[in-house]
Amino acid sequence: MDITVESIVFLIFGVLTLGSALLVVTTRNLFHGALYLMASLFGVAGLFVLLAAPFLAGVQVVVYIGAIAILIIFAIMLTPQVTAMRSVRTAQWPVAVAVAVIFFALLVSVVTPLMDELGVDDFAADFTQENPPDVPADSLVRLGEQLVDPQQFMLPFEVASVLLMAALIGAVLLVWPEGTRSTPPGEAGDD
Amino acid sequence: MVPLWMYLMVAAGLFSIGLYGVLARRNAIAILMSIELMLNAVNINLVAFWRYQAPLALNGQAFAAFVFVVAAAEAAVGLALIITIYRRRQSVIAEDVDLLKW
Amino acid sequence: MDINWFHADYLPWLILLFPLVSFLVIVLFTSKNTVLSQVVGLGGIGVSWALSMVLFVKTVWAADPALGERVYGSSLDWMSLGAYTFRMGVLVDPLTAYMLLMVPLACLMIFIYSVGYMRGDAHNSRFFAYISLFSGAMLVLVLADNLLLLFIGWELMGFCSYSLIGFWAHKKTAMEAGVKAFMTTRVADMLMLVGIGYLFLEARTLNFRDILYNEEMLHHLASTDAILFGGSVAGLVGVLLVIGTIGKSAQFPLHTWLPDAMEGPTPVSAMIHAAAMVSAGVYMVVRMFPLLSAGADFHHFDYSTPMVFMGLIGAITALGAAVLALGQNDIKRILAYSTISQLGYMVAALGIGAWVAAVFHLINHAFFKALLFMASGSVIHAMEHGEHHAAEHGHGHAEHEEPDGLVMDYVAPPNDIQRMGGLLHRLPVTAITMAIGGLSLAGFPLLTAGFWSKDEIIAEAWHGMTNDPFPLFVLLALVVAAFLTAFYTARMWLLTFWGQPRTPAAEYASLGTFRKQWVVWWNKRGWNKDVKLMQEPTTARDRLSFAQMETPLIILAFFAIFAGFIGTPVYHALHDFLAPTLLEEPLKIDFNVLPMLLSMALALGGLALGWWVYAVKPLRQDEVDPTEKALGPGVWEMLQNRLYIDILYRRYLLRPVEWFSVNIVIQAIDKETIDGVLETIAEAFTWLGEAFKRFNTVVIDGVGDGLPRAVGDFGAWFRQVQSGRIQQYLLYVTLALLALGTLFLVQVR
Repeated sequence: MDITVESIVFLIFGVLTLGSALLVVTTRNLFHGALYLMASLFGVAGLFVLLAAPFLAGVQVVVYIGAIAILIIFAIMLTPQVTAMRSVRTAQWPVAVAVAVIFFALLVSVVTPLMDELGVDDFAADFTQENPPDVPADSLVRLGEQLVDPQQFMLPFEVASVLLMAALIGAVLLVWPEGTRSTPPGEAGDD
Repeated sequence: MVPLWMYLMVAAGLFSIGLYGVLARRNAIAILMSIELMLNAVNINLVAFWRYQAPLALNGQAFAAFVFVVAAAEAAVGLALIITIYRRRQSVIAEDVDLLKW
Repeated sequence: MDINWFHADYLPWLILLFPLVSFLVIVLFTSKNTVLSQVVGLGGIGVSWALSMVLFVKTVWAADPALGERVYGSSLDWMSLGAYTFRMGVLVDPLTAYMLLMVPLACLMIFIYSVGYMRGDAHNSRFFAYISLFSGAMLVLVLADNLLLLFIGWELMGFCSYSLIGFWAHKKTAMEAGVKAFMTTRVADMLMLVGIGYLFLEARTLNFRDILYNEEMLHHLASTDAILFGGSVAGLVGVLLVIGTIGKSAQFPLHTWLPDAMEGPTPVSAMIHAAAMVSAGVYMVVRMFPLLSAGADFHHFDYSTPMVFMGLIGAITALGAAVLALGQNDIKRILAYSTISQLGYMVAALGIGAWVAAVFHLINHAFFKALLFMASGSVIHAMEHGEHHAAEHGHGHAEHEEPDGLVMDYVAPPNDIQRMGGLLHRLPVTAITMAIGGLSLAGFPLLTAGFWSKDEIIAEAWHGMTNDPFPLFVLLALVVAAFLTAFYTARMWLLTFWGQPRTPAAEYASLGTFRKQWVVWWNKRGWNKDVKLMQEPTTARDRLSFAQMETPLIILAFFAIFAGFIGTPVYHALHDFLAPTLLEEPLKIDFNVLPMLLSMALALGGLALGWWVYAVKPLRQDEVDPTEKALGPGVWEMLQNRLYIDILYRRYLLRPVEWFSVNIVIQAIDKETIDGVLETIAEAFTWLGEAFKRFNTVVIDGVGDGLPRAVGDFGAWFRQVQSGRIQQYLLYVTLALLALGTLFLVQVR
């Protein structure tokens, strides 16, 4: 593999993603954690751009960084953080480290050509390719069409919208202040 | 271009970090954040496989879009749950919510 | 797609859709508005009734003798099971059409009646939602084209009856009665489901047409040996299905839930007893009759196992319930036992192969029993009214102690026929319609519907009597039951309506229209003494409720008489209409005058005895019921306590199960085994250690201390496995996943 501009950019985004992610799960201050999460998500957005999916990168920035991360920050601020907490980690954290490492090793052994080169298996044979065909220029248009095409993704698309609506209503209902709960819909009855 | 397996490596790393976070963080919000990391790892995989193995079909992108939707819904409901739990028990520590034991 | 929904093939979908939709609408949208809920409920069943009539007329008009071969119906793919696709659909053959004449009509009448009866109840919307679901479920069951869809409707009705019997859930008796009904039918449904499953295993289909109208299939099922109990597959499946009917239609020995089901509001009783629920049980065996009789040539007195089973159960039930009905004072409970008894007739009729007669009686019974129940509801309403009034005027007290839980011989005061009397002048319309229903139940010769169908059953049993002891047994049981039926019907009606009021409550009882006109007419005839009534102020709203309650009675009274003329021994339109339903058409038996004379004698004899005992010298206040005197205190007590069958069940089935669940499942398995197994081990070892310690403190001190502690520690440690902490659980999951993943990779490499 040659050192190209692209590979350097990939390296930057990959390190940004993984490094911030590592900080997300290790930092003591949860608010900082949320900011690192935004950085990590931004790194993923960069990877999407590299993968010729600028639309998804945009969505990633808007939905994840713009909405979900902000939502998380709200939640952090709404729930007072106990600074004098004994530990931010559970008692089982060494096991968790071991599990995560083993899991990673397992995945690496499958997706990288490492085992291939050692002659153990050839799972990664397809994964070494470097030059896939170009993405058609109208792919975004076609994606949009497919999402509302009854033969393709229209039903999942509609279901997803219903799911979003249900999540919206559910979230509102869950955090409804308990004292003021005046017969929410569903429990209403003539009794 | 960068070979496919490198993207898969990044995704695997992100997923494992998320897994660690879910297993080891005490704060429920931190657990939720770790879940977001895992979902992102999945998305990287989806998009990477689409780009390298089937760039002409668009199912990979469509799937990733649906993952966004699910992630958004999950975050909304999850945070609402956390806030409700906080109201009832004055705690956001996942370990404190152990009504299901014994 | 371009479907003409009014074609007879698709119309059934609409028929069953409307009540279900009105259930959803009421539950989801209109539950806060009583009037709107009533309108939606009535609208749903009304449209459904109108469409059923269209379909019925269409079926009759077509008068297509080939309708048996080519039925109306359509189905859609429901579930694909590999090579086999399960289809769900609707089916209309003559039998279904005949049911459609009765079910929606009876339901509609019950709905109208309910509007009046439930006036003022706080949970009107819930009530209408449930009865809409109830009638929808019954229509699903009637229109289903396969056994599974039928079972779905069947179970839905089980749920509805549970929630409607326990509708007044603040009464502990009602709640317990609901649970009792649900659990009792559940026992039978379980076995029925096993039967359905086994049938599917053997036949690879549950479609009625594929099984029942398919000679090859029936032959295959009748000739294959069953896995259990010997006999054929058809026999085993048939017996299991009949057990389902025993539960649903309240046959002996699972009849005990039905009398207690009277705890529900009266329209519900009418629903359960006439239009749905118990009729569904009989309908199911009627529908499955070709399977039940497969391999038997019953025209020549060779009966299959399920048939003999049905015959015996039905005959015992018909007779036993008629005896029990003699000794009841609760007006609804008398009717409940008469229902059980009449259902016994139908089941017994199927047992001896009298298929058409059973269907005929099923429909006729539904008409007059719905009438009787709704009339009894009017009576109870009037009595409650009277109780209040009597209390206001200082006679007695309106509030009565409710028993805590079900008590066998407790009779609620407004239901007690001993406390009534003389209601004829107070509720004339109810009294006359109830008399018509009662005469139909008793089988009053030549006029009433009940006579013709009952006569047909007796005639069929008579026909087989000389050739085989089995029909003879059935005939004897049914004959005695017919006599008792006529007698207890007369007793019930005369104690309720005849003579003079026996309590202040009856004196003040009032509800209903045409009272003034009736009393004027009666006094003009000069019979009896002058009748005088307390006149009460009634509002327009009151009169509307009276009309809502009495109109259905009048309409049903019409059917209680005229529904019978389609199936007389000389004019058998019904037989010709229904016969093509079966692959092997049922035979018409020759007209024989003897059984007809016999059933006339029975009905008239029972009624005359009732008249002689109760009408010639009407029972007065504080007199003992002549039946009680005649039977003696021992027998009377026994009948009041329902032959102690309920108590027997409670003592030998419920209590042990309760004991088992409390002591074994909760205490032993849950608390002691699962929770405590580690502690128990630790304790045992602690005890052992103590023993060791005591035995030799010096030598084995360390072991004695160490072992129990180690085990105890192990228990305490191992207990953490179930910590309730989600992350710990997740860790186990991940570990398992890792182990599996590694194993998989090792295997593949």
